[in-house]
Amino acid sequence: MTDLAWIDAALHAARPQAIGALLRYFRDLDIAEEAFQEASLRALQVWPVKGPPRDPAAWLILVGRNSALDDVRRKARFEAPESDELLASLEAPAVDLAERLDDSHYRDDVLRLLFICCHPELPAIQQIAVALRIVCGLTVREIARSFLVSESAMEQRITRAKARIAAAEVPFETPGAAGRAERLGPVAAMIYLLFNEGYSATGGTQHVRAPLCDEAIRLARLLLRLFPSEPEIMGLTALLLLQHARTPVRLDDEGGIVVLEDQDRALWNRNLMAEGLTLVEKALRLKRPGPYQLQAAIAATHTRAARAEDTDWAEIERLYALLEQLQRSPVVTLNRSVAVSKVSGPEAALAILEPLADPLAGYFHFFGVKGALLMQLGRADEARTAFERAIALANTAAEAAHIRTHLDRLLKDSAQSGEPVPH
Amino acid sequence: MLYSVLIYDSEAMVTSRSKAEDDELVARHVRLQEKLAREGKLGPVVRLMPTTAAVTLRQGRDTVVIDGPFAETKEQLLGLYILDCPTLEEAIEAARQIGAACGPRALEVRPIRWFRAGADAEGGVVTPTDVDSQVRANVQ
Repeated sequence: MTDLAWIDAALHAARPQAIGALLRYFRDLDIAEEAFQEASLRALQVWPVKGPPRDPAAWLILVGRNSALDDVRRKARFEAPESDELLASLEAPAVDLAERLDDSHYRDDVLRLLFICCHPELPAIQQIAVALRIVCGLTVREIARSFLVSESAMEQRITRAKARIAAAEVPFETPGAAGRAERLGPVAAMIYLLFNEGYSATGGTQHVRAPLCDEAIRLARLLLRLFPSEPEIMGLTALLLLQHARTPVRLDDEGGIVVLEDQDRALWNRNLMAEGLTLVEKALRLKRPGPYQLQAAIAATHTRAARAEDTDWAEIERLYALLEQLQRSPVVTLNRSVAVSKVSGPEAALAILEPLADPLAGYFHFFGVKGALLMQLGRADEARTAFERAIALANTAAEAAHIRTHLDRLLKDSAQSGEPVPH
Repeated sequence: MLYSVLIYDSEAMVTSRSKAEDDELVARHVRLQEKLAREGKLGPVVRLMPTTAAVTLRQGRDTVVIDGPFAETKEQLLGLYILDCPTLEEAIEAARQIGAACGPRALEVRPIRWFRAGADAEGGVVTPTDVDSQVRANVQ
């Protein structure tokens, strides 16, 4: 690897820890980001000449801190005397290097940094955008491209979100075990959302948004390194890895959706699969089930089937039933109905769908599943109505196109027989 | 003399490489392995999964199984076993037996991501394989 590529990768990898630590010293996100920026520039000058430091993160934290302190001192000469106090408070406890670079600090620094991005008043998309900017270090331009908005619009969103974070009380006290668990929940949710934002993108935008999935996996792994025995973080990481393993074959060459059953499983990413399966196994050993673990276990059941027809649908139905108990949601029930249709037939599945008609009245997948079940039962007219509703609710062109292939099949069948499709 | 070469780098950096970069790295390794095999110098080659996939057995009065890698620096790496087990549970059980037999302070069980058996008896090259569900263990 060339020097510059190595330095770039090292800066990228050290970023969450370094900014997290700088945020702890300066208690100001802008100062922390500027300090890191300054340290990165210095690294680009110094490392190629002197060679990389043994611990790039520690180097960046020290250099960033000194440069920001210089700034504060310079301002202090011109500004109000209360800066002296700030200066003293910054310098006094910051002497003991070993204490500052302690692993537990590192863990809380990174968790705090991720947690402030998940401020509950911020809309989900802003949480993700801020995390991508601050924690992952993506440029505003890269983030804007991922969300298909203009750079200036994204700049505005991020600035507004950061102002909101700055106005909120940033939790600087070192959390206890319960406090850490409380922070982990929203952070895990944000990472999952980030992944889905990249994963649900389809068609021509796919290549632009795949980096969102990569960043989500990077963050999940980072979180898991910090919390190696949290089963839900294992579950989250496994879920992302197992889903991402299918990315190479989720879309055909025209950007059309290839459903799980039709995917060429030989092209799934075996490395990601193996890692995901191991993490599911590790998590289940701890016997503290949770929604991410169950979803990962479901993904793992699909992964273990060499062919679609080998899928253990009874196991998947069981896992969805467990998930329903932990996380009551009509979407989970909808998913269980698909497993039920494989185990007990479309009639049983339709019965499960009935109570969902109201809560999922605006949900694309509900009508897609309903139409497919009705089609299996030979109720072509009702199937057509459901599919037409699905197309109206489709989120992307690829989703609409996928449903249209079902409609075309219905039309062709009825043209041939002149009758509804027999079961 | 047989030698082992242990490879170290920052995992955060390694796992954030893109698929293309990683494929290129693997290709470079494979080219090098073929050269070393032709020279008759190559034994087994192993690429480990990230430490997040590891489990560590700490031996004291009781053996405690901890999630995550062996992270202390007070002990040194003494040796390793490669095991072929259908589940992580069985790999941990086998590691327990190794621990009971020779009593090291800690044993880390780390799944293997990529395994190449090395040159065969005729000096030919055994094709590298992905390791799927097989879990092999690395003992610290």
